[in-house]
Amino acid sequence: MFETLFPIIVLVTVATLIAGLLVTFSIVLGRRTKLGKKTEPYECGVEPVGTTKDPVPIKFYLVAVLFILFDIEVIFLYPWAVISRQLGIFGFVEMVIFVIILLVGYFYVLGQGALKWD
Amino acid sequence: MLEMVLITLIKVLVVVVAVLTGCAYSTYMERKVLGRLQNRIGPSYAGPFGLLQPLADGLKLIFKEDIVPSNVERITFALAPMIAFIPALLSFAVIPFSSDFELFGYHITGMLSDLNIGILFIFAVTSLGVYGIVLAGWSSGSKYSLLGGLRATAQMISYEVAYGLSIIGVILIANTLSMRELVAIQEGITNWIIWKQPFGFLLYITAAIAETNRAPFDLPEAESELVAGYHTEYSSMRFSMFFIGEYANMLAVASVGTTLFFGGWNGPFLPPVLWFVIKVVAFMFCYIWLRATFPRLRYDQLMNFGWKVLFPLALLNTMVTAAWVML
Amino acid sequence: MTLDMFIFVFSAIVAVFGATMMISQRNPVAAVLYLIVSLVAQAVLYVQLGSVFMGAVLIIVYAGAILVLFVFVIMMLNLRGKEDLGDNSPPISRATKYIISMLMVAEFVFIVHGSVFSGPGGGMLEAETVAGFGSVEGIAKLLFTRYLYPFELTSILLLSAVVGAVVMAKRREIHEQSDSGSVSIDNDSNEGVK
Repeated sequence: MFETLFPIIVLVTVATLIAGLLVTFSIVLGRRTKLGKKTEPYECGVEPVGTTKDPVPIKFYLVAVLFILFDIEVIFLYPWAVISRQLGIFGFVEMVIFVIILLVGYFYVLGQGALKWD
Repeated sequence: MLEMVLITLIKVLVVVVAVLTGCAYSTYMERKVLGRLQNRIGPSYAGPFGLLQPLADGLKLIFKEDIVPSNVERITFALAPMIAFIPALLSFAVIPFSSDFELFGYHITGMLSDLNIGILFIFAVTSLGVYGIVLAGWSSGSKYSLLGGLRATAQMISYEVAYGLSIIGVILIANTLSMRELVAIQEGITNWIIWKQPFGFLLYITAAIAETNRAPFDLPEAESELVAGYHTEYSSMRFSMFFIGEYANMLAVASVGTTLFFGGWNGPFLPPVLWFVIKVVAFMFCYIWLRATFPRLRYDQLMNFGWKVLFPLALLNTMVTAAWVML
Repeated sequence: MTLDMFIFVFSAIVAVFGATMMISQRNPVAAVLYLIVSLVAQAVLYVQLGSVFMGAVLIIVYAGAILVLFVFVIMMLNLRGKEDLGDNSPPISRATKYIISMLMVAEFVFIVHGSVFSGPGGGMLEAETVAGFGSVEGIAKLLFTRYLYPFELTSILLLSAVVGAVVMAKRREIHEQSDSGSVSIDNDSNEGVK
């Protein structure tokens, strides 16, 4: 396992170093002026109106939950796809049952209008 | 042992430099091609044909003022660009750039890490890419950033399911998750998986464009409504980290697409690396072409398309492919 | 110490450090970030044990999906870490809390010690090395033959979770709409205007 893991760890380290270096460069080398109004949130030069304190709509939360569930389904499909030829028709039928049960959930979600964006 | 460590180090450095150069020249290519498509000539002042333009842009960005707005969450604000940048580079750990070759008496493999679940690794890295964007949007303390970050995250996770599903057709045919074996079975143009999975490829490219937030799915940075989306408040090098990250992600998607559907580095006459680069550049050209052709979708259209069209189609593609493989 | 061992020790320390920081953070976003760090380190440990698939799944499902939901919840409740969340803990003294947590730690140590270090196989538990242990093929074969029944039941579990999520969100949405629309970012209240 070491030969496959080591290059990835080296790559992470190098990427982190580059990211840190680039940011440091611009902090050190970048020109500095009096900031003043520049530190206000961008609003085309006028006074910002409102805050970012508003709560986020529940819809995004629902999308995240559905994403988790369907993501898990996709993860189950991967090992099946790898040995699908060995499992043959038996494995195919298993997976069809699995997918159909999840499709029931999918159509329930659609029927409830939970994925309706307007 | 020491040899192995040194070879790995050199290979990693070569790949990182190649990818970063690739990102820089992707921006050049994008501006040049987009210019031509819109009947302009694009960058042409810096160096011959404007070839030094990316270098000039990079230097300019380093010397720009690094502004940190007053009402940001400081630590998260500083971390977000890095979190966007690092996973983008990480995908290249498992991509086979070339066949194995001998150099100075050492046997060198054409990829950094021959992980036997290469595709899942890419899937995992892609799923981590969300954090840079959502944290940038959340920590900036600006309405545009918050909305851009939210939209981007919802879009990316919605299309990630279809992205993962679109690849399964390929695995059903190849019966492996290893990138090396995938390239090995696609020797010769007739064995490319694209011929067996044309529909899967269309699904892949659609989901991938949405996943990398590119036109016509570039809602997170829709200039006309959100200024610059999640990186509105970023300036100088912190901004360019997002920029490099986006282009690195595009290159990663192009490389994965090349490996999965177009035979990777396989090709006649020319050296394998060159074939790989040619295919990736062709991919990038399509990206730019699409951007020049299609108008941006509306957000509700985008989400509906992801969940109600792309997801069922990808699932259907998987099941039909499975049935076809069984017969 | 070999490099392999060094990576193991390093990721083990990072995993424990990340977990400790996660539970001791007041700022929820920082806690999520530490949890991601801890999960990535754990994935490295899985890979070192030869179970690459489990490592990848840990990242994809936990770090890539479930924690995104956490971040959304933090954004939804708009927890910025500055305001005090209030002390909702049951009214027991600080000393009692420490004693209970020490008991928990002791229990963990006891179980781990009993199963790993003094089990059969001269101190270390011998893994049941079936052919292709930990590989995708190995896991897939077990999953689709011996553990077929639990696998199909998983789909029922996922189905009920889908239904549950939709029902909860619906109730919340109705609640919020009657609350004179504290939901303000998207304009989902004016359906007539198209």
